[in-house]
Amino acid sequence: MTAPLLEVNDLKMHFPLGGALFGERRYVYAVDGLSFRVERGETLSLVGESGCGKSTVGRAILRLLKPTGGQVVLAGKRIDDMGSAKLRPYRRRVQVVFQDPFSSLNPRIRVRDALAEPINNFGLAKDNAELTRKLNMLMDKVGLPREALGRWPHEFSGGQRQRVGIARALAAEPDLIVCDEAVSALDVSVKAQIVNLLGDLQKELGLALLFISHDLAIVEHMTHRVAVMYLGKIAEIGTKRQIFARPRHPYTEALLSAVPTPDPLAKRERIMLKGDVPSPISPPSGCRFHTRCPYAFDRCKSEEPRLREVEKGHEAACHLNDRDAQDNPLLSGARA
Amino acid sequence: MAVEARTLAPPPGLKVAEELPDVIPARKPLKGFWGVVRRRPAAALGGAILLAMIAVAAFAPLLGTVDPGELAPSRRLRPPSADFWFGTDMLGRDLYSRVVYGAQVSLVVGFSVAVLASVFGLAIGLVSGTVRWIDGVVMRLIDGMMSIPPILLAVALMALTRGSLQNVVIAITLAEIPRVARLVRGVVLSLREQPYIDAAIAAGTSTPMLVIRHILPNTLAPMTVQATYICASAMIVEAILSFIGAGVPPITPSWGNIMAEGRALWQVKPTIVFFPAIFLSLTVLAVNLLGDGLRDALDPRMAKSL
Repeated sequence: MTAPLLEVNDLKMHFPLGGALFGERRYVYAVDGLSFRVERGETLSLVGESGCGKSTVGRAILRLLKPTGGQVVLAGKRIDDMGSAKLRPYRRRVQVVFQDPFSSLNPRIRVRDALAEPINNFGLAKDNAELTRKLNMLMDKVGLPREALGRWPHEFSGGQRQRVGIARALAAEPDLIVCDEAVSALDVSVKAQIVNLLGDLQKELGLALLFISHDLAIVEHMTHRVAVMYLGKIAEIGTKRQIFARPRHPYTEALLSAVPTPDPLAKRERIMLKGDVPSPISPPSGCRFHTRCPYAFDRCKSEEPRLREVEKGHEAACHLNDRDAQDNPLLSGARA
Repeated sequence: MAVEARTLAPPPGLKVAEELPDVIPARKPLKGFWGVVRRRPAAALGGAILLAMIAVAAFAPLLGTVDPGELAPSRRLRPPSADFWFGTDMLGRDLYSRVVYGAQVSLVVGFSVAVLASVFGLAIGLVSGTVRWIDGVVMRLIDGMMSIPPILLAVALMALTRGSLQNVVIAITLAEIPRVARLVRGVVLSLREQPYIDAAIAAGTSTPMLVIRHILPNTLAPMTVQATYICASAMIVEAILSFIGAGVPPITPSWGNIMAEGRALWQVKPTIVFFPAIFLSLTVLAVNLLGDGLRDALDPRMAKSL
């Protein structure tokens, strides 16, 4: 078996809190021991509510941040501790598309120059003719007219800018694109176009996508596997079918129950979570979710559940899964 | 439904408003020179005054002036007249000629300081905003310099050297650099949070190229605006330095020098202070108006209207 494209082992990202001149230095535990893999050509979605550390994971994989601990392994090479010179050839393989189509393009750089930047940086074109050919091809791929190469970012609509952003990511000929809420800022029809574009590109180029999102409807539409994050940790990870049909973590169950259904007559049991997300500065003891979990019992307060395989390819971090099926509320209230 | 309703005759007694013409022709916004004058009259006025001042300074010998240093004790303290437009001072020198030549000093100081302080401040601000460890050191230094009022700093620097135009420019520039560096650093720090910077890093752009391609061009607009304010403030500081005798040598006519000499005679001959003061105020006002106009025009959201 070949090595996965991306392997993240026990990734930790702690940010020191400023102002602690005296006394104990405190940290924000934004990401606290996270492991997952992304295979070539697959989509892994990272979902969770805002503030749970999804974007931080993306930034650590892109090496825009240096991880506090753990490993990021890209195609068999550890990139988490590489210096900037050694890192350069690996940068090409992971690119990014951001949420806000307005601030993700430099307002003073024409589309042509924005797209040519990665091509030139990584020496992907031998001469000008090849550069022009590649630029035209990129525009064709993302469905923009070739003439638009000479335009400024402010001459485009939000959806078009997002296409430019995708073209820029593709220009580096990457293996993996981190889509950090890439469609969240777009309106519904444009969102669908961009999601389909990403799907087509994935099939055509064999791209892997790390799709960071809070929009479960979109995730269900386009992903292969899902990782659910809660407070800097993975609560549950599995294939789309496993996660959406039979979640094995109460947090996933609650998230899914919050997805709106288009049928107004459909009966749904909405699981309301009490309270807010606890602060990542001082995360709760034991299971991080126990403060809001409807099924919490004594063990959850003291012992942290480990991510454990519950069926093939499906892992969850919940003590309930140690129980027999008939005592497990996650299994009895069958959703499928 | 709506279409049918419109074809019905109006009920009797109801007055129907007259049809409006189909197309109301849009007024085309004026482009070019007159467009700018119309939309930004204040900035245009500032630009006009400043241009006039530059012309006055550049063509000083051709504007009916005499040698501004020529002494004539027999005709001292004359009131303004056809021969001596602004009158004469206590040594009989022609005040009009002195004020016109004084424009040279003010403008040279204003522009040189603006350019020099911008260039050095920009360089320091860019480096300090980009490299973390340099930032700590440089910013503490700048904090220290900012705690001294710029005028006091300039006076202190002038006390170390001879009074000359060159030294005045250097002293004021040194006093102004911290403000520019601070501004640029702030802009750089906020730009670094922009997603397009992250995307450029992911696209393999090295740090120096990142600064040149992505950061520098975006700092130029706020920088230019700041430069105009520095220009205005430098002219004032120059006048203050000359006024307290720490500026250009007294033999050089500068607005500050003229005012300093006329100060003792303020109650007898207010014109000696009055004319250079008017010129100084007008020039500073012009530069500030221009700066405000630039600030509005360079705001990216208003870029279309330029």
